[in-house]
Amino acid sequence: MSSRSPDFFDEMRASDGSIRPAYRQLAHWLDTVPKDVLDYRRKEAEFIFRRIGITFAVYGDAASTERLIPFDIIPRILNRGEWQKLSRGLEQRVKALNMYLSDAYHKREILRAGIVPEELIYGNPVFRPEMNGQAVPHDIYVMIAGIDVVRVDPDNFYVLEDNARVPSGVSYMLENREIMLRLFPELFIDHPVAPVDNYADELLATLKSVAPNNSSGDPTVVLMTPGIYNSAYYEHSFLADKLGCELVEGRDMFVKGDMLYMRTTEGPKRVDVIYRRVDDDFIDPLSFRPDSMLGVPGLMSVYQAGNVTLANAVGTGIADDKAVYSYMPDIIKFYLGEEPILKNVDTWRCREPDHLKYVLDNIEKLVVKEVHGSGGYGMLIGPAADKKTIENFAAKVKAAPEGFIAQPTLALSTCPTFVEEGIAPRHVDLRPFVLTGRDRTRIVPGGLTRVALSKGSLVVNSSQGGGTKDTWVLDR
Amino acid sequence: MLSRTASNLYWLSRYVERAECLARILDATYRLSALPQGYGSTTNEWDSAIATAGCVISFKEKYEEANERTVTEYLAFSTDNPSSIRNCLEIARTNARSVRTALTTEMWDAINSAWHELHHYDPKRITREEFTRFLNFVTETSVRFDGTSFRTMLRNDAYWFSRLGFLVERADATARILDVKYHVLLPREAQVGGPLDYFQWASILRSVSARTSYHWVYRDSVKPWLVADLLILNRQMPRSLASCYENINRYLDDLAQFYGRQGQAQRLARSITNKLENGKMEDIFQSGLHEFITQFLIDNNRVGNAIGDQYLI
Amino acid sequence: MRIRIAHETVYRYDTPATRAIQILRLTPRAHDGQYVVRWRVEVSEDCRVGPREDAFGNLTHTFTVDGPISELAVRVAGEVETQDTHGIMRGAREKFPPSFYLRQTELTVPDQAIAGWADEISENGARPALETLHAMQQSIYANFNFDVDATATSTTASQAFANKHGVCQDYAHIFCSAARHLKIPARYVGGYFLRGDGVIDTESGHAWTEAFIPDLGWIAFDPANGICATEAHVRVAIGLDYLGAAPVRGTRYGGLGEAMQVKVSVDQASRQSQQ
Repeated sequence: MSSRSPDFFDEMRASDGSIRPAYRQLAHWLDTVPKDVLDYRRKEAEFIFRRIGITFAVYGDAASTERLIPFDIIPRILNRGEWQKLSRGLEQRVKALNMYLSDAYHKREILRAGIVPEELIYGNPVFRPEMNGQAVPHDIYVMIAGIDVVRVDPDNFYVLEDNARVPSGVSYMLENREIMLRLFPELFIDHPVAPVDNYADELLATLKSVAPNNSSGDPTVVLMTPGIYNSAYYEHSFLADKLGCELVEGRDMFVKGDMLYMRTTEGPKRVDVIYRRVDDDFIDPLSFRPDSMLGVPGLMSVYQAGNVTLANAVGTGIADDKAVYSYMPDIIKFYLGEEPILKNVDTWRCREPDHLKYVLDNIEKLVVKEVHGSGGYGMLIGPAADKKTIENFAAKVKAAPEGFIAQPTLALSTCPTFVEEGIAPRHVDLRPFVLTGRDRTRIVPGGLTRVALSKGSLVVNSSQGGGTKDTWVLDR
Repeated sequence: MLSRTASNLYWLSRYVERAECLARILDATYRLSALPQGYGSTTNEWDSAIATAGCVISFKEKYEEANERTVTEYLAFSTDNPSSIRNCLEIARTNARSVRTALTTEMWDAINSAWHELHHYDPKRITREEFTRFLNFVTETSVRFDGTSFRTMLRNDAYWFSRLGFLVERADATARILDVKYHVLLPREAQVGGPLDYFQWASILRSVSARTSYHWVYRDSVKPWLVADLLILNRQMPRSLASCYENINRYLDDLAQFYGRQGQAQRLARSITNKLENGKMEDIFQSGLHEFITQFLIDNNRVGNAIGDQYLI
Repeated sequence: MRIRIAHETVYRYDTPATRAIQILRLTPRAHDGQYVVRWRVEVSEDCRVGPREDAFGNLTHTFTVDGPISELAVRVAGEVETQDTHGIMRGAREKFPPSFYLRQTELTVPDQAIAGWADEISENGARPALETLHAMQQSIYANFNFDVDATATSTTASQAFANKHGVCQDYAHIFCSAARHLKIPARYVGGYFLRGDGVIDTESGHAWTEAFIPDLGWIAFDPANGICATEAHVRVAIGLDYLGAAPVRGTRYGGLGEAMQVKVSVDQASRQSQQ
């Protein structure tokens, strides 16, 4: 069956060719199930996805503005021990992110301690002066985090990126599981897979727990979307449905005397908590971009008065960009006095002269990224680039070193994947979702596994041809 | 419920119903225009179709003449006509997407698959036979959507708004058909039931799919005043103005009770319902069928606006 | 000097608006060169006008009004005692370290033309900062035409720089853009200016800038007048650009055919008869 590249950690097969325990039944099943059955089920899955309308929009593509993200029917499996370690690390990391944000917008002890440079906060374009000294309900900034992690060996998870603004993808975690239960019920008899479908309940509990103190006993939670043309609109409507809350757009709400209301068929109704899937820039034209039609004029006044909770808070971008990433291990140690459980990828900050020298000397071995880029754009993968490209990129880095960081190319783990040529290993990452409420942290066992479908590719972004898999955490 | 959600549900149903009405009008017009010369009308049937669809002015801006090609294009496929069948289904789906969570899976499926199928019809290359299939597809979409909402929706405000949109649109469509053809329904001293008028009456019945119903209700040959009675006052007939208002009234009452508050929409609907329940065809003919219908169109529009002001904005 | 100010903004609608919300930055605060003797904010409609301090330390008033609104007037008036500090700004509320004001915004981000101009004046950094700032101020003052029609509140520094036309707001944007390009913290200031030519009534307030020099602190440059701020300047609000210091940011719902009328009067209190 599948061939295995010896350079990468394969989630299913150890280097001696033996099957890892968590995958034992699955490997057997893959060996016995006829390929045409797999093929048939895959088509069925695609049909179901299209039918229920799980699509994402591709900007600048007029012909087909609604597309499916390819779904791979072979699950990715983690055992209980692996998950427990991972989830402890996630909890630790998100706790530190929240403490960093609170500090950065108030006392800034971390600056005084000399752990991070001043410009990381003040010089960051996503630092929101409006949030300076501004209390947020219960001092929680990131209620919903999506942390991208990768594995490179049996023992270590590395964090690739923190997403503390409006992380998306959780609907795929839930829908992928639904589809798997529908298509392969037999697999769930052999595998004690921890359920994920309580995610919406956990999210709602989290959101209600962070309602302003002056809200009623049963706070009104809404999900705010930019509208049907947003690429993640399906997810917004899906989650609103599961949460049993209204899916609102900016124009459904208005501000009156420091309170926020939505327009309903029974008249205005107060809104206490907004799970907002609209970026900071667009939520209030009176505070941010004046040309935004997506927001609610005056929303920030209500927020500043403490009469509404925004989840996530405004200004969380300073905690999740690539510039702050390299400081995360120090940030965790500073606030929690603990060693980080999840590793950080070694990062050279080109703004520091000795780092810059190392990067330029070794650029053909490194991945160089723009500090404020995202989605796999604006980066150089040294080992995969030709000489000319490398030279051009090096010139860009030299011209404005503070805009770049560099990392070694990571050997992302592979997972068996059903592709054209049959079952073959493909690189994967994982985005688990961490919910932080006033009462506690909640992490549903699983996440979104993204898979690079082209052979050898390390880019898993859906905008660049990545697919998804169901992620199983075994209860054993 | 969010006002915007209610508004989307209301307009979603209106547009689906509008698409179906247009399909039926087109179908009836095709049948009429296919009759041999001697049976045909003295008026241009394609002009009537445009008038019934209520878009004479915008049509004239684009075309010199109303004929099979231009009318089919404009009413069925044109992107310039905001109420072409294609646009109706596009808008319906956009509305549906915006209120995805307020729809049942079955309703969404009905709209979403219709939208996908819509794109299989190429207006530039469509044959007559394919066009007939297209009209059937539109009618079936509407029936399927209506059926899924009836069978799967919770009986709450979402359902009532959806019904109201459908009924206000339906009442409007029936009244428009009557408005354009009222002159062939007027009882005349002589020459009643000539071959020409007969096909006109049959065509009116066809455009509201009531040919069979007519015979079941009246057990008589097609007579103009009975056609008028069927479409205006007969509460057994689901497309009659009386039936539409009986139901509009009912759903508005449901809303009023649910929200514990009533307003202008309820008051207006009640008064129209009363007028239709107590009306007699003789009186209507006496005081003028045309005037009656014109007034109804105004009143119905007012009810639509009142629903909008009260709940949807 | 005691300066008396009255600033009135009146909105009229052909069809009444159903709702309106506004955030006002129209109230001066004290610093070493200015003392607010009295000040009041009035809105023509019944509403609660809540004061709050914004991110930059400006005093804001936010209010919401329910319609129907066919006319809405916002009036502020008061007296401020000022003294000349040779442009040096002290004793104001500082919410951020100067380095924060190195941030460019969409309105100030420099294009090649502004960057080249700034580099040339600063002799590529060889010239002392204070001298450079003065030279930039003079260059804008000498080479730009004041033109109300050539500009809007959304005009960027680069656009205004290319046009060589604009109003005080544009000059302030250009100045901030260039200073920040040279790694000199700079900020936008909105306020009032008592003109030297005897003109009292105008249709808008004034705008200038402040730039930070390590040993001196914040210094106010007024490129529209080619001078550092004097006792004729009444400082009301600061920001990274116009949007952060805008006297009024607001939205109305419904209400077609808006007509807005602004009357600003700035005069020396001693010259007026006592009311």
